[in-house]
Amino acid sequence: MVWVNDIIQGILTGGLYALFACGLSLMFGVMKVVNLAHGDLAVIGGYVALGVITVTHVPVLWSFVVVVPIMAALGYALQRTVIQAALDRGALTTLIVTFGLSVVIEAGLLQFINANSHSLGVGNAIITSSFSVGSQIQIAYLLLLIFVVAVVVLLGLQYFLSSSSYGRMIRAVADDREAAQLSGVDYRHVFGVAAAIAFGTVALAGIGYGMYSQFAPTTGTDTILLFAFAAVVIGGLGSLWGTLLGGVVLGVAQQIGAQINISDEVLAGYVVFLAVLILRPQGLTTRKAQS
Amino acid sequence: MAWTGIGALVVVVVLALFPYLVYAGTTTIMVQGFIVLTLACMWNLLAGYAGLVSVGQQAFVGLGAYFVLILALHGTSPFAALPVAAIGCGVAALPLWWLVSRLRSGYFAIATWVLAATVLLIIEKFSSIGGGTGMPLPGLSGYDPTLLTADTYWAGLAVTVIALATTYLVLRGRLGLVLTAIRDDEVAARSSGVRVGLARMGVFVIAGIGCGAAGALLAISQLQVQPTSVFSVQWTAEMAFAVIIGGIGTIEGPILGTIVYMVLQQTLQSYNAWYLIILGLVAIVIALFARRGLWGLVDDHLHIRLFPVGYWLWAPGSRGRPGLGLRRSGRPS
Repeated sequence: MVWVNDIIQGILTGGLYALFACGLSLMFGVMKVVNLAHGDLAVIGGYVALGVITVTHVPVLWSFVVVVPIMAALGYALQRTVIQAALDRGALTTLIVTFGLSVVIEAGLLQFINANSHSLGVGNAIITSSFSVGSQIQIAYLLLLIFVVAVVVLLGLQYFLSSSSYGRMIRAVADDREAAQLSGVDYRHVFGVAAAIAFGTVALAGIGYGMYSQFAPTTGTDTILLFAFAAVVIGGLGSLWGTLLGGVVLGVAQQIGAQINISDEVLAGYVVFLAVLILRPQGLTTRKAQS
Repeated sequence: MAWTGIGALVVVVVLALFPYLVYAGTTTIMVQGFIVLTLACMWNLLAGYAGLVSVGQQAFVGLGAYFVLILALHGTSPFAALPVAAIGCGVAALPLWWLVSRLRSGYFAIATWVLAATVLLIIEKFSSIGGGTGMPLPGLSGYDPTLLTADTYWAGLAVTVIALATTYLVLRGRLGLVLTAIRDDEVAARSSGVRVGLARMGVFVIAGIGCGAAGALLAISQLQVQPTSVFSVQWTAEMAFAVIIGGIGTIEGPILGTIVYMVLQQTLQSYNAWYLIILGLVAIVIALFARRGLWGLVDDHLHIRLFPVGYWLWAPGSRGRPGLGLRRSGRPS
């Protein structure tokens, strides 16, 4: 029964990790940008939510209504300026620039805010309460909610990219931006929109993590970026379905690791990541890139 | 060529005399500079020549520090342990390379980062070497403080000189030519029989040794090993920024970048994280608008190469700058 509980908790936590990974996966799939500042941007999302809640007193669960558009606008702006400029100069420059952004954001948060940990929605009944299934399994409403949001976001994006006309345009630009340009598509704008969507999911990840746990300036790289990346690789590069599966596998691996030895939670996740890298470098889902 | 050798020798001799000439505080700061310069040389080889953007070089910094600690706990002098630790990091680089070598570009970058985080988590499991809190480095308590400062300085100077000399020799040798061929056109190099994977592995191992030596030096200069500090991604940030600011893909770049880094760090050290913010912003601006770094600007205006690793090719009848498409480097030789 303990193991069943671990697997259920792992699957639910995996939803959060898939939410971390979604924006990373999307930006790589569409723009071939590996955004090393991804985790730090999620932390910024957390801080923005904190600010919004403090100032406007909106309930924490509704803070996304304000935070997601703010982060999406930031995503569009960053993509149209810094990231696009870096992309025009090649993969090495893109990595250096996003790594630079990551370090600047982290140092900036330390400098202008502080190193303290923050949490969203302390004392909110929905966030802290849970319900029981049987005698040993306790499911937190919050984790269930995050999991549902993750599934809706990832599957919704998958549907959007494969079935809507704008999604087709994004895929066309991802496949061959010159050809798309010749057909009258402004690929820079499409990249900006894709970045806005990615940053929107990043905002959700930041809010979700802030409610689930605590964030501090270093959380972005220590936890969010590395977990997101592990989920993307486990699931298979460029597939949003795979990203969801990868997040779940990572979550279950961590829960089982924690059950064996409480201090091995994170390590167990990385061991599974390395095992996938060795045994199945294309990821668990072999399906071709969808985005 | 001869002038470069004599000039370098004079600089090294003068630097070697520093412990007799300046205060201990200055040499202690210079040891930090040596660590950053050694790391920058290695990152330059990785990213500037082999196209491997590693964000996980702190794995080797940490391993180097821990190898020194382990050897010192078994009674070896930390100074004698330094070269052993460096070689140990080179050996450790082989399995790590095997894990990450199948990933390219950005995925390689984050995979090395995950690897460094994994190595840290494994090291923290061993309580005999300090577990999650670390421990002081034994074996140096009987040392005279003045002598210890001077010996640390000389060890740092030796490591840095070897790192620079290795970079220079690698680039002038066969591996350098192979790397240049890969950088210019990987597919063409591959089809001409260049073993691309082997060349990259060679650079990864050399960088492992160099970063390990820097980590060993770090342990000796701090007299303690603290896991989250030696495995901090900040080491990679510092080495990468020094290279980008100075000029990636040149030997002189990391030297200039390290000087800029040290000046900024020393001037702004009382303002906490400001030096990292400024360094990061400068690195972003340089990566976008002056891709060959500060040394590139110097080179464009003065045509200087301190370490010639190529040859001038003069277009017939032209003076001054060589023509388009010709490899430009060094003095006519």
